[in-house]
Amino acid sequence: MKNDLSFPWKLALSAGATAGGIAILVSLVGLVEAFSDSYIIQGTITVGELILYFPLILLVYTSIRKITLPSLGRKVAFSAMIGVIMGLMLSILVIIGTTTNIREMFINASPALFNLLTRGVPPPLGLLVPPLVCILVAWITLGIFLLPDIFRKAVTMGLLWVIVSGTLRDQILLVYLFQQEPFSTILRSLLFAQSGLSLMGALIIFALSGGYSYYSSIRGPRTKTSRTPQAQKKRRIALFMFLGLIILILPQVLGLFFTEILDSTGLFIMMGLGLNIVVGFAGLLDLGYVAFYAIGAYTVGVLTSTGLGLYQLTFWQAVPIALLITWLAGIILGLPVLRMRGDYLAIVTLGFGEIVRLLVLSNWLQAFLGGTQGIQSIAQPVIGPMKFNTLQELYYLILIGIVIVAFIAWRLKESRLGRSWMAIREDEDVAQAMGINLVLTKLLAFSTGALFAGLAGTLGAAKLTSVYPHSMTFIVSINVLVLIIIGGMGSIPGVFVGALVLVGLPGVLTEFQEYRLWFYGLALVFMMLNRPEGLWPEARRKRELHEEITEIVPE
Amino acid sequence: MLKRWRQRVTFIDIIVWAIGAAIGFAVVYGTIVTWRAAEYSAEQWINLTIDGLKLGGIYALIALGYTLVYGILRMINFAHSEVFMVGPFTAVFLAKYLNSIGFYNNNPILSLILITVLSATISATTAILLERIAYRPLRYAPRLVPLITAIGASFFLQYTFRGFYGNDPETYPTLDALTGVLYVGKIPIPKTDALVIVSSMVLMLILYTIVQRTKIGKAMRSVSEDKEAAALMGINVDRVIVFTFTLGGISAGIAGILYSLIYSQVHFYMGFIPGLKAFTAAVLGGIGNVVGAWLGGTLLGLIESLGPNLFLSGLGIPAANQLKDGIAFAILVFILIFRPQGILGERASKTKV
Amino acid sequence: MSKRLLIILAVMVLAFAFLSACAPKAECTDSIGCVEVKSGDPIHIAYAMVIAGPDATLGIDSRNGAEIAIDEKGGKLLGHDIKFDGEDDGCSAEGGQAAGTKLAADPSIVAVLGTSCSSALRAAMPLWSAAGFTVVSASNTAPDLTLAGNENNHPGYLRTAHSDKVQGAAAAEFVYEKLGLRKAATIHDGSIYADSLQQVFVDKFKELGGTITAQESVSPDQVDMSGVLTSIAAGSPEFIYHPIFIAAGTQLILQARSTPGLENVVQMGADGMFSPDVMEGAGPAVEGVFVSSPDFTKFGPDYEAKFVPAYEAKFGSKPVSIFHAHAYDALNLVAACIEKVAVGSKDGGDLLIGRQALRDCMYATKDFSGLTGNLTCTPTGDCADPNIAVYQYHEGQYPPEKVWP
Repeated sequence: MKNDLSFPWKLALSAGATAGGIAILVSLVGLVEAFSDSYIIQGTITVGELILYFPLILLVYTSIRKITLPSLGRKVAFSAMIGVIMGLMLSILVIIGTTTNIREMFINASPALFNLLTRGVPPPLGLLVPPLVCILVAWITLGIFLLPDIFRKAVTMGLLWVIVSGTLRDQILLVYLFQQEPFSTILRSLLFAQSGLSLMGALIIFALSGGYSYYSSIRGPRTKTSRTPQAQKKRRIALFMFLGLIILILPQVLGLFFTEILDSTGLFIMMGLGLNIVVGFAGLLDLGYVAFYAIGAYTVGVLTSTGLGLYQLTFWQAVPIALLITWLAGIILGLPVLRMRGDYLAIVTLGFGEIVRLLVLSNWLQAFLGGTQGIQSIAQPVIGPMKFNTLQELYYLILIGIVIVAFIAWRLKESRLGRSWMAIREDEDVAQAMGINLVLTKLLAFSTGALFAGLAGTLGAAKLTSVYPHSMTFIVSINVLVLIIIGGMGSIPGVFVGALVLVGLPGVLTEFQEYRLWFYGLALVFMMLNRPEGLWPEARRKRELHEEITEIVPE
Repeated sequence: MLKRWRQRVTFIDIIVWAIGAAIGFAVVYGTIVTWRAAEYSAEQWINLTIDGLKLGGIYALIALGYTLVYGILRMINFAHSEVFMVGPFTAVFLAKYLNSIGFYNNNPILSLILITVLSATISATTAILLERIAYRPLRYAPRLVPLITAIGASFFLQYTFRGFYGNDPETYPTLDALTGVLYVGKIPIPKTDALVIVSSMVLMLILYTIVQRTKIGKAMRSVSEDKEAAALMGINVDRVIVFTFTLGGISAGIAGILYSLIYSQVHFYMGFIPGLKAFTAAVLGGIGNVVGAWLGGTLLGLIESLGPNLFLSGLGIPAANQLKDGIAFAILVFILIFRPQGILGERASKTKV
Repeated sequence: MSKRLLIILAVMVLAFAFLSACAPKAECTDSIGCVEVKSGDPIHIAYAMVIAGPDATLGIDSRNGAEIAIDEKGGKLLGHDIKFDGEDDGCSAEGGQAAGTKLAADPSIVAVLGTSCSSALRAAMPLWSAAGFTVVSASNTAPDLTLAGNENNHPGYLRTAHSDKVQGAAAAEFVYEKLGLRKAATIHDGSIYADSLQQVFVDKFKELGGTITAQESVSPDQVDMSGVLTSIAAGSPEFIYHPIFIAAGTQLILQARSTPGLENVVQMGADGMFSPDVMEGAGPAVEGVFVSSPDFTKFGPDYEAKFVPAYEAKFGSKPVSIFHAHAYDALNLVAACIEKVAVGSKDGGDLLIGRQALRDCMYATKDFSGLTGNLTCTPTGDCADPNIAVYQYHEGQYPPEKVWP
């Protein structure tokens, strides 16, 4: 705790410099300008500007919390100082940008950016603008911070909902349900404008969400009314059934765009569940997982494609063959790596993934696997009179696939085999000493994981009616690995969460497509530094991780 | 003795050796066919060998960063490929500026030194920042956590620099002093290639000396043996780790300039593939081992360069060069089957995932 | 309380899930339907191009070309603002499907400029065709997309880029007839575009009587070309055709001449290598390298005088590929047809744009004067001027010099 009487110069300085540094980084990367046309509330603040001033808001908020200052005046001065420093840094950027040819190197140091920073006022007067605006933003943040708890929560909620709705305007309007009357008129004429929310809409949303937050704070925590265990159980069943119903009608309600995202997310869930067995349960780091997806997809492709013309099986005839071949591939991969550990295992599996990709891309196997042109005209599943050729119909197949795979994974986890896997993960030598057959257990891990990926592959091929070698990249393996770790390694619900956050969310937020991997990287680092056990961790893992970190650190 | 051997060797071992033998056989067979067909002249083979050495030199320098960090922290610094990228991608602007004022070609040695210093500085700074911000807090976390952080940092750096400098490649102006060939005996070697091969060997020697002969090198080795014991011996572990990252960063930055001298173009994605290959090289040579990094790098470079023409085309595979990356991995598998700790690996990796 | 809320929500959701949409206002006589653009609303033209990832140069350049076209119109069409936004197509089938569903779900879209890559289009077009859009691509080159009866040919699709069948064949004719060479090798980069082009070249070249010594391939971010070049050198070709992109193409140019056996080989790329970046990247080695592209000389002085400066001022650099020109033409084609078929007051008032009418107008385009030449659209959607020209790079000179026809 700082001495109450001294002014925290150092903290203000460092906070201001950090905020300024982040803001400059973000501007030069191009994020600010890229979103300078998307309004949150039409005519006022844009997403780009929000991104620019966000570091300031964050740093003012966190810094104020760290100190105690007796008087309001000092608090005002403190936050103003942070703002001034960041503002000055931005002004320096404008000076450098307008006087030198820095655009040769930093392509986003464009006149449009500087215009935005000085809000249209030309230098030299414009150079005063950033510090002034930053002070204003800092004071607004301070103001919100100083509100009594209930109001602060309400205001923050309200602002959050306004920002989210304004940014996601386009996506919200794409929901099929909202394209029907009466939603359509309400949304388009009342709530939303050409870009972002209308002023009226923002007020309404702010009032509703802030109001709800205020209301629930006032009510206090709801006391659990005493319910009998039967009543609780009934309630839980009802909840599950309700959720199930929602999941079933989602494609109809949300429409084509969201259904496609759900389909892709579903495929990644399947793959995640499979890799979760290899990496999460058995602790074997597989970096070439995409190979199994490719094998599943290509098998179906080769066997059913009318374009390639080699075989003409139906989808359902091809699937079991694909699954068998993928399962065998898992064993074939597992064999050479049985005696390898850790990073060697990782590299070899990565190599395997690359080898498969190169083979399906090659001229050598082109006649059989399609080469660069890929395989097209792949058959889609047909059950009786029903042809599954739309994304909505495939959704249901993928859903069934997920249920089956998740069930198998769940049962395996609790089974003896599952426990053997976890024993291997903890300590291979001890596991072997306890009588676990390492070879068999590892091979089973690889092949089961491969099987799930193969299934995902077959459905993926049906979804696109084509397979291309360019889709089977190392990045896909990394995506699956990352999503199970972010979700919580070894945790089955974690896979669902991870997929929704890392596949579903970027799919919805398409305007950020160009910066998707940038956010991805940032999110990964942030998550690992703050919550490495994942978003929905396996209980044991969470204990393990936090135990280790708090136990040994010598400082 | 045969009985003991029969007891230790399992069925699986036999299958695995069979796979290894199949790869080995294919290589030998293909090589023989190519040799008999005499499709390529000696001149061309020598050319390919030199290319392999030059490629290997670059891989070796990058591999050094991986292997040093792994030795000390037991983690794969996935972001090292970006450490490799940031140096030359920034230094190119200095090169272009020097070229525009005519300094570049009039003072080639000085220019080269300036550019290399800038590149090494940026790369080293990036490595140090990475360690400080992303890796230090996770030093005692289970191994997958820093791996994921490294992956995240890698993407972040790639796209940050893409945001800064743009999506398009930048080209280094040609250094007239380095165009042309020198002759070693009757073998023509392009001047850039010679520079690369020689510098990488010299740098390796310097780094080897640092690690083996200096005090800080000894400190590095003891930290990599046992962090806690080293701390107990009075070694400032943090400082040693920072030093390691700096060394790795400097060598990556220099590798970046050498790379740019040969291939001229730099762009935000340029680190990905060389990084991957260099990591493979480090594993091949025995991860944690400086000489291993050099050996693995050179070997990988040679395999990549000579491989497709040497044995793949002999096996009758059309467009053999398409598969050249695959060969590298296949050879890796081959070597790791028979020697799981890599060529010079001293100990089988004890740590688990 | 929350349980009741949930029930109310559930009922609402269920009810609306089975409600059918109201029928559109019945003033439109178009067989597919109309886009209603009220006074004050913008005319929505969308794009689906590869704007993210390592291939982003292609898509960004195309988008830039279209934006210049919009700027030249003052950002307005028939008194309405032009709203030009879109999605990344990822240059893949997955990306195409994602972009396809997003755009198809937006009924305010009149036309789509895209996709960049043919694989993306095959996944997206069924959706866009069903949604009634008019789709014009500035860079799809796969022949099957405009082949009558082909499953990938859907109504509503046109392109201003050349089918590979045209460009590859032109290259073969140039080499055989103009240069008089008889032994050639090809290198592609694993992309559908390059592979298709080189195959067309190979077929045509053989048909004319030449021999192909090798067909090799590299990967798009490969830098070390020694292996593949040495392998090709073994066949002693006189000519190498590498219709790939800038990064790998530049490396091939740089390294070919220093490969023993290929010192005098003639090299040629396709429109993916028509870029100032190639000239800059290859330095002196670029001297004499050929490249095919739409015929610029037919366009006239406006390109250098108006278009390039406008591009530079807006985006900070010269155009980096040729695809911006195709996109520029594509946008102008669409805009011209919208102006023709829109019903209503043509200076800012309410408009009805018939979808089928728009398509019919597009397919009927004749002798449209564009940056890339004289555009006439075939009934299956090929609009590109059939004249491909071949240019030759000389050190320090951009654009390269036209040498054929």
